[in-house]
Amino acid sequence: MDKKIEFYESWCKGCGICAAFCPKGAITMDKMAGKPVFDEEKCIACGLCELRCPDYAVIIKKKDKE
Amino acid sequence: MEKNVVHKYLRKNKKFPHIWCPGCGHGVIMSSMLRAIDKQGLDRDDVAVVSGIGCSSRTPTYVDFNTIHTTHGRALAFATGLKLAKPDMTVIVVMGDGDAVGIGGNHFIHAARRNMDLKVIVYNNNIYGMTGGQASPTTPSGKKATTARYGNIERSFDICELAKATGAVYVARSTSYHVQALEKYIHRSLSKKGFTVVEAMTHCPTTYGRLNKIKEPVAGMIYQKDHFIMKAAWDKLPEEKREGKFPMGEFVDIEKTDFVSKYLRLIEANKE
Repeated sequence: MDKKIEFYESWCKGCGICAAFCPKGAITMDKMAGKPVFDEEKCIACGLCELRCPDYAVIIKKKDKE
Repeated sequence: MEKNVVHKYLRKNKKFPHIWCPGCGHGVIMSSMLRAIDKQGLDRDDVAVVSGIGCSSRTPTYVDFNTIHTTHGRALAFATGLKLAKPDMTVIVVMGDGDAVGIGGNHFIHAARRNMDLKVIVYNNNIYGMTGGQASPTTPSGKKATTARYGNIERSFDICELAKATGAVYVARSTSYHVQALEKYIHRSLSKKGFTVVEAMTHCPTTYGRLNKIKEPVAGMIYQKDHFIMKAAWDKLPEEKREGKFPMGEFVDIEKTDFVSKYLRLIEANKE
C-alpha cells in the first residue's frame, strides 16, 4: 500500500498531538520549528493523526497498488 | 479544492488557522461532526448549525452549512424556531457547557422535555474558557477556576444524566481523545428523530489546563485516555475505584414521538 502525507504548515499550531499519539512513532516534533516531521518509512497510514489534528493540517492519502 | 472530508465542508473564505488555541480539542470535535454529517449523506443545504456564545460557538463560522450564531445560551430557542419553520431540515445545535446548562439551562431542559427534533452537541471543557476561566456548572468539585482559586466547592452537573432525566431520546458521551467513538455517536444521533445529546469532553489547555496542571494539549488528551472508561467497564467497577473517573459511551437510545411530528399531525387534523 502506498500513501501520501500532505502537511499544511501554515495551518499547524504545533500542539504535538499527532506526534504523541502516533502508534508507530513516525512523527517527531522539530523543537526549533515547533512543527512535526513525518517519517514516511514508518507511517502505516492509519490516519489517527488526521483524525486527532485540531487544526486540520495533516491529510493522509492512501493509494492502493495498481 | 477538496483535500479530505473535513476540508470539503470548511468555509474557505474564512481566516484559517481557526481562532481556537493551539491543541484545543474543539477542532477535533468539529472535524468529527463534519465526518459524521458526511457519513450520514446529508446535503449541505438541508443542514443547519446553530450556536450560542463561547469558544465552541465559533464552529458555525467555519462550516459551510446554513448557520446561525445566536446570543448566549439561547441557541436552543433559536433552533426550536428554525426547526418549526423548516421541519425537514436537520438542525444541529453546538453549545459549550456554560452555554448549554449554565446560561441556557432552562432552554436545555425544556427542549428535552418537548422532545424537539434537535441534534445537540455539547463541547464540554469544564470551564468558561473564552471569558477568562470562570467556574462553570460542569467544573468538577475540587478543581480550580479563576473564580474558584482554592478549588470548586460546588457539585457539578452531569450533562448526560440531566439529558437522560429530562427526556432525551439519545444520550452519549465521548472525548476529543476517543475520536472514532465520538464520530460514531454523532453519526448515530443524526439518524435519530427527537432530542439527542452528545456530550463531547474536550481539554482546555489555556484556562482549565493551566489552573489544574494539565496545561499541555497532549497531557489533556492523556488525562482523557486515563480517566474516561467505557460504560460496560464502568458498571463493573467497584464504588471506591470510581473516584475521579468518568463513564463514557451510549447511555440512552430509545424511540419517542418528537414534538415536530406531533405538531404537523395536529395541523393536518385541524385542516378544514
